[in-house]
Amino acid sequence: METILSLKNLHKKFGAIHAVNDLSFDIKKGNVYGILGPNGSGKSTTLGIILNVVNKTSGNFSWYDGNLTTHQALKKVGAIIERPNFYPYMTAIQNLELVCKIKGVPFTKIEEKLKTVNLYERRNSKFSTYSLGMKQRLAIASALLNDPEILILDEPTNGLDPQGIHEIRVLIKEIAQTGTTILLASHLLDEVEKVCSHVVVIREGIKLYSGTVDEMVASHGLFELKVDAGSEKLIELLTKFEGIASIKTEDDKLIATLNKPLSASEINSYLFQNGIVLSHLVKRKPSLEQQFLTLTNKN
Amino acid sequence: MLRLLNIEIHKLKHNRASRVLVFIYFVLLTSIALIAAIKFDIGPVKFHLADQGIFNFPYIWHFNTYIASILKFFLLLVIVSMMANEYSNKTLKQNLIDGLSKKEFVLSKFYTVILLALISAVFVFFVSMILGYSYSDFTELSIVTTDLEYLVAFFVKLVAFFSFGLFLGILVKRSAFAVGAMLVWAMIEGFAKGMLYWKFEENVANVMQFFPLEAMSNLIKEPFTRLGAVKTVAKQVGEDLSKDFSVQPKDIIIVLIWTAIFIYASYVLLKKRDL
Repeated sequence: METILSLKNLHKKFGAIHAVNDLSFDIKKGNVYGILGPNGSGKSTTLGIILNVVNKTSGNFSWYDGNLTTHQALKKVGAIIERPNFYPYMTAIQNLELVCKIKGVPFTKIEEKLKTVNLYERRNSKFSTYSLGMKQRLAIASALLNDPEILILDEPTNGLDPQGIHEIRVLIKEIAQTGTTILLASHLLDEVEKVCSHVVVIREGIKLYSGTVDEMVASHGLFELKVDAGSEKLIELLTKFEGIASIKTEDDKLIATLNKPLSASEINSYLFQNGIVLSHLVKRKPSLEQQFLTLTNKN
Repeated sequence: MLRLLNIEIHKLKHNRASRVLVFIYFVLLTSIALIAAIKFDIGPVKFHLADQGIFNFPYIWHFNTYIASILKFFLLLVIVSMMANEYSNKTLKQNLIDGLSKKEFVLSKFYTVILLALISAVFVFFVSMILGYSYSDFTELSIVTTDLEYLVAFFVKLVAFFSFGLFLGILVKRSAFAVGAMLVWAMIEGFAKGMLYWKFEENVANVMQFFPLEAMSNLIKEPFTRLGAVKTVAKQVGEDLSKDFSVQPKDIIIVLIWTAIFIYASYVLLKKRDL
């Protein structure tokens, strides 16, 4: 698969703050990537660097295996960052015409893209009169003008109401279905889980995980167990049992994380033979949220 | 180049504030012609300014470019705000992401500066031609085309002045502060001039000519003492006002160097900054 973007040992320091720390990952054509991290983890800075608005401190990044300069590559990219930035005194059409002039594409796409994001009726209103959701949709229309090979979105649903969030997500999924590569930065986990196929988790500028969403979520799962009395003995028995990696208490339940496949009946019969009768036993897969918190809480 | 100019004009033409300022500027340029209407008619004293020779070729080139360059502050506001607004609207960041390089961004502004200066020079040329042919005592082609270097000086002066404004716009990112910074700089130059006169008394002009604003104002020297009527009066009170009023190539070179410095510094500043 063609590599669109590749980052190698990227660093960015703002004075004493190490915003991006030795970050490396590749973006392959056709996938939907999520960059996941808490607020202030360096997501936007990373995107700023690859989009040439933030200067890197050290390291490298290359577009299309270095076959294109960043300036050339940006013409094949559609990007929106944090907040939609347009000229407030221009209408939607005028703003998009300007973007067309900058990207060097004809005006013919404007109408189509405005219809895609449902802004065609408001095309002659000034940008300053738009609601945040409309501004965000205009930003997406603008990013789509050159039919980009890769779409970069930084917190696209930030500050929107539930309906606005839903609209943007539907839009992103539709775009992803057309085969456009997407790089989506977000601190909203369900957003990434719902939209992305791959994920890069960063915290304080350091990469914690990179791989598919399925792999990240896929572990052997965990058990929730509860007994009415004698939980000390239960813990003792579970610790001895092969296949259980760790045990922790959560409210009145025990959570046992597995390191090999194990069925509920196996563990149930083992405990029953040792004189423990469970009042509650559930096998679950961890959600992305749990995995994310596990990852970002370490160290 | 045309693409960059086209992008910048698109930004300007849809901005009402810029349109109004540019419009006022050209109306004021035209209003130079109103000076012709200054007439005193008090009994025996008849005074008509247009008859005093200010619209005589080739003097008119000097006079009109000097007056017109006072109006450059209107366009300065347009230039400074077109730069500073890119920061306050964050559209600079968006432009770069959309695929404009930092170099192209600075160039698009610089081309606009050149275009505005060029239009001003052409405009002043036509206003002067019309006024000159209406009031001048001499309209022979050889006299009309004398001293046209004042128009060149006018153009160079505007380009340099606006480039300075562009640089300040990028440096301080706010239009009001950028105009303020320009005034502060003018005061610094004035202060430096005063200090030099006080300390050294002589050769001050040799040093001051290298300061940007001083160099720009040296391009077109004040035209009033050159006027025949003023000279006559001065002669009667025993003053000799004869000095060199012509445009000095050395001044043009100094101003061009400053223009290059301002534009290059704008680019370096933009390149170094994280947006």
